[in-house]
Amino acid sequence: MSPMLIPLVTGAEVTFWIGAPLAVLGALGLVFSRRAVYAALSMAVAMISLAVLYASLDAPFLAMTQIIVYTGAVMMMFLFVMMMVGVDTPDSAVETLKGQRPLAILAGIGLAALLIFAIIGSITQPAATVVEANAQFGGNPQGLANLMFGRYIFVFELASALLITAAVGAMILAHRQRVTPKRDQRELAQERMAAYADKGEHPGPLPNSGVYATTNSIAAPALLPDGSIAPKSISQTLLLRGAVIDPIPLAKVTDQTFAAIEAVEEDEDE
Amino acid sequence: MNPENYLILAALLFSIGSIGVLVRRNALVAFMCVELMLNACNLALVAGSQITGGLNGQVASFFVMVVAAAEVVVGLAIIVSIYKTRRSTSVDDANLLKL
Repeated sequence: MSPMLIPLVTGAEVTFWIGAPLAVLGALGLVFSRRAVYAALSMAVAMISLAVLYASLDAPFLAMTQIIVYTGAVMMMFLFVMMMVGVDTPDSAVETLKGQRPLAILAGIGLAALLIFAIIGSITQPAATVVEANAQFGGNPQGLANLMFGRYIFVFELASALLITAAVGAMILAHRQRVTPKRDQRELAQERMAAYADKGEHPGPLPNSGVYATTNSIAAPALLPDGSIAPKSISQTLLLRGAVIDPIPLAKVTDQTFAAIEAVEEDEDE
Repeated sequence: MNPENYLILAALLFSIGSIGVLVRRNALVAFMCVELMLNACNLALVAGSQITGGLNGQVASFFVMVVAAAEVVVGLAIIVSIYKTRRSTSVDDANLLKL
């Protein structure tokens, strides 16, 4: 190895030993985090680490494509769907197959061991770099373009056909056919008034959340005049998440303050 | 830098991804694990490009990215349509064909 290359080589090595643990950590976070959004964030960490590794492997075009396509487009799409289907869809802990989880982890470790033992010592030829291949057409993107629009032009055409098919297919799959006519505002208003006439349901807007001296969070329910909790003042989603704040201790502070003020007033009266 | 290290990292990521596909019940997370496996393959291809000194591996990696993007679009559309009919993204709940 020529002494000229040593700084370059150590640079790639430093990048590898920073990027590789981050990628593995991100991958482990993806598999083992309970919540789907945390899993998506771990996945983004792993993908960006991989983009850094591509850059250190003299593939700047792929590094940018990785960030734009994967962390930009693919992860955003995952997050959109996650928001759509509800972030809190729980991952059921029930095992449908007995002992599947430990066996799956064992199989994964076995696969890793098999692959790693196959890889170690398998590369016998001297280390090459893509520096010359990159320089041949004046840069990495130019070199890739030469191959993509030269030798691999039919693969490129097929890829474009695949993308169009995928876009059309996704539109057809995600399209929902309306089986009942859409209810307009007039019908909705009539339904509300009918519910008021039949069941006495309040036809107006829902009450807002409680405002207390120490908090005005939407998780704190409002109190009715008799001191009981107004059930409609709190979002059903927060109730399901168990994020609702108990308003009684919050209201107690106010009661104590009122009592103190009244005591002072009584003192003055005397 | 020994390109073997990159291949070992790719193997590790691929195995972690496969564990995720087998272990996780949430269809979205399992799908993300598939993406991780594709990413691991991409890393192996780019490292292969480094080993041989040509750009063919990088072009292959680029095409894998294109196919992965198409796959994500269709896969997410399937997950959304299953969610619309079954109100669940758990892979255990899609068992209509089971006896």
